[in-house]
Amino acid sequence: MASMLMKNPVTSSDRSIIARRKKKKTNLSSKDQNENTIINHNNNNNNNSRDSTNEWKSQAQQQVYSSKLLKALHHAQTSAPAPKGGQAVREVADRVLAATAKGRSKWSRAILTNRLKLKFMKKQSKRQSVARSKPSRLTKKPRAGIMLKLRTKSLPAFQKKARVLSRIVPGCQKQPLPVVLEEATDYIAALEMQVRAMSALADLLSGASSTS
Amino acid sequence: MSSRRSRSSRHSGGSRISEDQINDLVSKLQQLLPELRNRSSDKVSAARVLQDTCNYIRSLHREVDDLSDRLSELLETSDTTQAALIRSLLMQ
Repeated sequence: MASMLMKNPVTSSDRSIIARRKKKKTNLSSKDQNENTIINHNNNNNNNSRDSTNEWKSQAQQQVYSSKLLKALHHAQTSAPAPKGGQAVREVADRVLAATAKGRSKWSRAILTNRLKLKFMKKQSKRQSVARSKPSRLTKKPRAGIMLKLRTKSLPAFQKKARVLSRIVPGCQKQPLPVVLEEATDYIAALEMQVRAMSALADLLSGASSTS
Repeated sequence: MSSRRSRSSRHSGGSRISEDQINDLVSKLQQLLPELRNRSSDKVSAARVLQDTCNYIRSLHREVDDLSDRLSELLETSDTTQAALIRSLLMQ
């Protein structure tokens, strides 16, 4: 009996040492796990960009966009019977396109926030011009992006074209080069889908009006 | 040459943007362009890809403008539109 009692504290201390060693091991493995999750997250991001550009090509996405566009156009027609014109339809189409993107891409968020800013600034310009200072404060970006552009591809022709492209894609005006390129790939896929959906819709409507 | 690369990687810090990453993105962009997709990426310069991207996006914008003009004309005829809308929704 006494011998067993004597043994127990020894084993308990051994157990604590083993437990501490195990904790150290788990800490190390959790660090590895964190690194792995970071790498996996980066891989997932890359996969997500490929998946999203493929998603724009899918028929389902086009149907979602077409039905949303129809509803939005119908709503715009019934609520505001003001002169429609191509410009209004274009605005509705862009807004619905940005909404279909579900905020995953920078250009879609830029389109949606620009409309809100325009509405907000139109209301404010009648009273004060304070609202104009606010957006500039919010959109302050670090200057490191421009430095990166200069260091990687230092040809002036390339730089000029990169700057032109960043102005064409909405919301990418002061972004670093890889962001602009990624947004441009998604934007092109989305625009192609928009063209397909709108031309199908126009054919349907023109076909329907000719038969009826 | 290697010192230049190490300097740039140290300055970029957490973002770690490399020449290879940019070339990878440029080649992905090239695959989307209808003109350049069949050409090998060695023969097409990155500046050419950017130029064609700008032109392509501009032409897509123009197409969307034309289509929206056409749609606005079609939607003005209010008698046919409602029936057409219902029909098109049912077809989809």
